[in-house]
Amino acid sequence: MKNVKKFAALGLAAMMAASMMGCGGSSSSTTTAAPETTAQQTEASTAETTAKSEETTTAAEAQTEASAGGVLTMATNAEFDPWEYHEGDKIVGIDAEVAEEIAKKLGMELKIEDMSFDAVIPSVATGKADIGMAAISVNEERKASVDFTNTYADSALVILVQASNEEIASSEDLAGKKVGVQLGTTGDVTATDIVGEESMERYPSYFEAVQSLKQGKIDAIVIDKAPAKVFLSQNEDIKQVGEEMSSEQYAIAVAKGNTELVEKLNKAIEELQADGTFDAIINKYIPAE
Amino acid sequence: MNLSQYLTKEHFYLNFIVDDRYMFFVNGLKVTLTVTLFAVLLGIVIGFLVGTIRSTCDKTGKLKVLDMIARVYLSIIRGTPVVVQLMIMYYVIFSSPDASKVMTAILSFAINSGAYVAEIFRSGIMSIDNGQFEAGRSLGFNYAQTIWYIILPQAFKNALPPLCNEFIALLKETSVVGFIALQDLTRAGDLVRSRTYNPVLPLITVALIYWVIVTILTKLVGILERRLRKSER
Repeated sequence: MKNVKKFAALGLAAMMAASMMGCGGSSSSTTTAAPETTAQQTEASTAETTAKSEETTTAAEAQTEASAGGVLTMATNAEFDPWEYHEGDKIVGIDAEVAEEIAKKLGMELKIEDMSFDAVIPSVATGKADIGMAAISVNEERKASVDFTNTYADSALVILVQASNEEIASSEDLAGKKVGVQLGTTGDVTATDIVGEESMERYPSYFEAVQSLKQGKIDAIVIDKAPAKVFLSQNEDIKQVGEEMSSEQYAIAVAKGNTELVEKLNKAIEELQADGTFDAIINKYIPAE
Repeated sequence: MNLSQYLTKEHFYLNFIVDDRYMFFVNGLKVTLTVTLFAVLLGIVIGFLVGTIRSTCDKTGKLKVLDMIARVYLSIIRGTPVVVQLMIMYYVIFSSPDASKVMTAILSFAINSGAYVAEIFRSGIMSIDNGQFEAGRSLGFNYAQTIWYIILPQAFKNALPPLCNEFIALLKETSVVGFIALQDLTRAGDLVRSRTYNPVLPLITVALIYWVIVTILTKLVGILERRLRKSER
């Protein structure tokens, strides 16, 4: 029995030694990259670089990271077919494909972060993402928190109602009606101005508003025209009424003061528009009538 | 990100004063408190009934059928997330247009909370020594009288601390009602955030309000517990 215990102790000791060697091994592998430097020096220099990368988290400095190849992080809300949506395990759509092309032009790797729409601009403003691309209409409120590139697409707000609805024919008929929107969209802001706070139903995403419209929980939806078209094609029991309520332009949001990135993005957008890539992507998702 | 840039006077003005935005927080708080209060009251009723059924079956072996139903209820409610229950309530069970969102939320949270309260009540009842029960019966009380006059008052005292924890948890759990477009306190913060793009002030404000309410509740419960303990001396 004693022997067994000794054996076990020996085995444990050997395991401990091996695991320690494992630790040493990883640090020695870093030294092999620069054979002349001692392990201590490498440690000191890695400490320095981590300290540096922590400093660069401020929005203004993030651009130096972005311009050095590396990763371009895009904040989006992938529930806005055809601009951005999930297909299988990928996020696709006009914005996603355009961003992919832009990243290629900048020599960077695109990383898409999916979040709720009302989180997109704050993420860009606080430097959590380099760019915000989520069919974001440019308006003054948003300009106060982020900078925008040149606009790259036109849009407008439209009204959706149940197919059987005869009461609502234009935006003037919305007064006193329950209007559904997605929180934080221009549809939200515009509709609130028309019908007032009490009649607003703000959903986490537009598909839930459509679900509620179909169940008759709300009377109308105010939404961008391209996703409206997609919802109309998927649901026979809803229809679009009235004129377009506004004209809006989409642009890419960038942290305030990051003019270098804005210029780069503008240049990339211009090139993509000039060589027809842009139209090709849009036509792929929004077939012209 | 630079925290102080979001804590300036201008940002305070923008997040609370412009368009009377503080009213979003006030109205949101009203919704949160309404949903919590009525869900708690209804939850106590449900929990009391289910807890009594379960412990009666445990003690006497009667009410087998009701006990089975109660077990199924507990298993389903405690085995699924409250957000999912809320969505099912809103989109499946009360899918009719006239269903009020506040009522839907109250019902889902009451049914959810009732399951937890039932187990709290049951453990309170089971914690009372069997001798108390036997004493009651030998004094000529029937089962129901023994439970009502002797067991429950003591059981309630034992159950009070976990019961209060459950209500505090419920208050915070109601923060998910935004999923059915009901504008509670949390959603009010989101709404202001979506207008001002200030990631700091609205969230901190919302957190502070929750914290203050929970602290007040905890204090009140402490007082109640002390009062109930007086009878022991």
